[in-house]
Amino acid sequence: MQAKLKLFASLSDFLPSGAQANQIDIDIGDGESVAAIIERFHLPDRLVHLVLVDGVFIKPEDRAQRDLKDGEVLAIWPPVAGG
Amino acid sequence: MAWTRKVLRVNLTDGTCTPEDLNMDWAMDYLGSRGLATKYFVEEVDATVDPLAPENKMIMATGPLTGTVASTGGRYTVITKGPLTGAIACSNSGGYFGAEMKFAGWDMIIFEGKSEKPVYLMVENETAQLRDASHLWGTSTWHTEEQIKKENQDPLIRVSSIGKAGESGVLYACIVNDLHRAAGRSGVGTVMGSKNLKAVALRGTRGLSGIHDFPAFMKVTEEKKQILAENAVTGEGLPSFGTQVLMNVINEMGALPTRNHRDVQFEKANDISAEAMAKPRESDGKAQLITNAACFGCTIGCGRISKIDKEHFTVVNKPEYWGASGGLEYEAAWALGAANGVGDLEVLQYANLICNEQGMDPISFGATIGAVMELYEIGVLDDETIGLAAPFGSAEALAELVDMTANGVGFGKEIGLGSKRLCEKYQRPELSMSVKGQEFPAYDSRAIQGMGLTYATSNRGACHLRSYTVSSEVLGIPEKTDPLTTEGKPGLVMAFQDATAAFDASGLCIFTSFAWTLADIQPQIDAACEGDWSLEKLSEVGERIWNMEKVFNLEAGLTKDDDKLPERLTTEPAKEGPAKGLVSGVPEMLPEYYELRGWDTDGKPKAETLGRLGL
Repeated sequence: MQAKLKLFASLSDFLPSGAQANQIDIDIGDGESVAAIIERFHLPDRLVHLVLVDGVFIKPEDRAQRDLKDGEVLAIWPPVAGG
Repeated sequence: MAWTRKVLRVNLTDGTCTPEDLNMDWAMDYLGSRGLATKYFVEEVDATVDPLAPENKMIMATGPLTGTVASTGGRYTVITKGPLTGAIACSNSGGYFGAEMKFAGWDMIIFEGKSEKPVYLMVENETAQLRDASHLWGTSTWHTEEQIKKENQDPLIRVSSIGKAGESGVLYACIVNDLHRAAGRSGVGTVMGSKNLKAVALRGTRGLSGIHDFPAFMKVTEEKKQILAENAVTGEGLPSFGTQVLMNVINEMGALPTRNHRDVQFEKANDISAEAMAKPRESDGKAQLITNAACFGCTIGCGRISKIDKEHFTVVNKPEYWGASGGLEYEAAWALGAANGVGDLEVLQYANLICNEQGMDPISFGATIGAVMELYEIGVLDDETIGLAAPFGSAEALAELVDMTANGVGFGKEIGLGSKRLCEKYQRPELSMSVKGQEFPAYDSRAIQGMGLTYATSNRGACHLRSYTVSSEVLGIPEKTDPLTTEGKPGLVMAFQDATAAFDASGLCIFTSFAWTLADIQPQIDAACEGDWSLEKLSEVGERIWNMEKVFNLEAGLTKDDDKLPERLTTEPAKEGPAKGLVSGVPEMLPEYYELRGWDTDGKPKAETLGRLGL
């Protein structure tokens, strides 16, 4: 199974080589959770703030239970804001 | 007292400048800046006035914390009746101009009447004088600022001015200070131009005195600055990435209005994002972004300073644009880019430069181009009418049209009237993405439901800065709410509106609210200002300001029908993203909002509400 991982702002530095336009296709295991992906790519806790799967916010307490499915897009930002 | 207690009244018809004492009774009820200036305005101006008539007034006002050491204490506000909307206009700017007004000894400057010839106001501390500006008329804000400094042989003068857009009647002209900060929305620059007032130049050397409890103020402002520094958003996120970092966030959420709100996601969003601004270009190996920048007293520093690609077709023969300049910020990048389907970062920077140079709101301009491009796509407008081909996504069209609009040339004159008037003229009024005649900012109300209600009820027309519920619905500040639901949003919007009004009245920047609440502002105001400034009182001031603005709009002739979104947003569901299939729930939220406000079913404040607020 494959999913798309998108990392933005200062998290861009954690994208593996081969990533383009802040995203890369990744292989995911059956039952691999959002939290597991975050751990696999060594994303620091303090930089993992806004976590979206297909654009929907995943609360911190749900990330270990939310499995990533084939074709889904996981996008993560550090604390940011705008206006 | 953090107020200087002095008001400068400038009668442009008579050519007089008269000092007055600040009405301190009003200051105790309306605090300052947006609140106090609006109080003066509604007391002095008939709400039915033609916005461009000499009888309309324009007030530039600071807050009690403007010019102090409180973080972000550099804001000033321009209050008038807006020509774009026919509603109260209230545009807030940073930079250094506001603090200079305080240092010169003035809380606010009231402009009334109309000068026979172009003039600019020169204020040096207690001395104020109207001077001939014939030689500045027809020139840009950048030239005007430079020339005034040269003429007076003082590079420390602070200048707010209009460019060609404000002179030629672009209805969303802004007032630009410090080269690239602006009182941007609702056409306050158009009003300034209608008065033949080219610029306001300030030099203040008196500093700021009279802080009510100075030791307490120094202590509390230091503590609050520490909160901003330690907060991940205000201490790191905003200075590093600026507001532009939202481009990918909002796109990912399916809330990025694209091609005049036909779509909610833009396939080239990443190409015009903060990440793209920081990435070395293929052409010259340099990133567009040079550094960040801060306004007076700001410890956040969200501003962007960039350099355009010298080889880009827009500037290849225009070296005057090759230097470092302000932008891109998120709203401008969205309006000039995604709203038109344009994914060329350099052309967005060019259009933004022209908006700054000639004093034009990039949100209303960009969103109006979105309407032009849709009218072109459906065959209502053609090459002959516009003077060029203008399909969605055309960088060439954007570059041409920004020049034409800023200079009042050809079809640019019609674009300068805004999308509402333009779409009405071509008998497709439903294609104007606006409320009260003012174009939407960068959030789709089908995917962020609170923002729909924010736009519909904003007293100055569609605006994100009256109640930025994106904080809660997207960013989780102060707590996360679901952007796709309408439940609880009327109360959320109301709370944001009232708190924002109080923030604005203080003279501080609303961006502090990513780390501060009203409870953090309150002790700073209480230490700086005489009187009892409790949290409850401050909340009431915010609510009072909101209702005062609403009453002015009702007296100006606006009705419940002006609290509506375009049908596209309430009948055409989002095509993709998390909000796929959803429309805006404003029609169902509005009655609850009115009720919570203490307004009747027509959106008019009830007598008991006005009485409770002392209105």
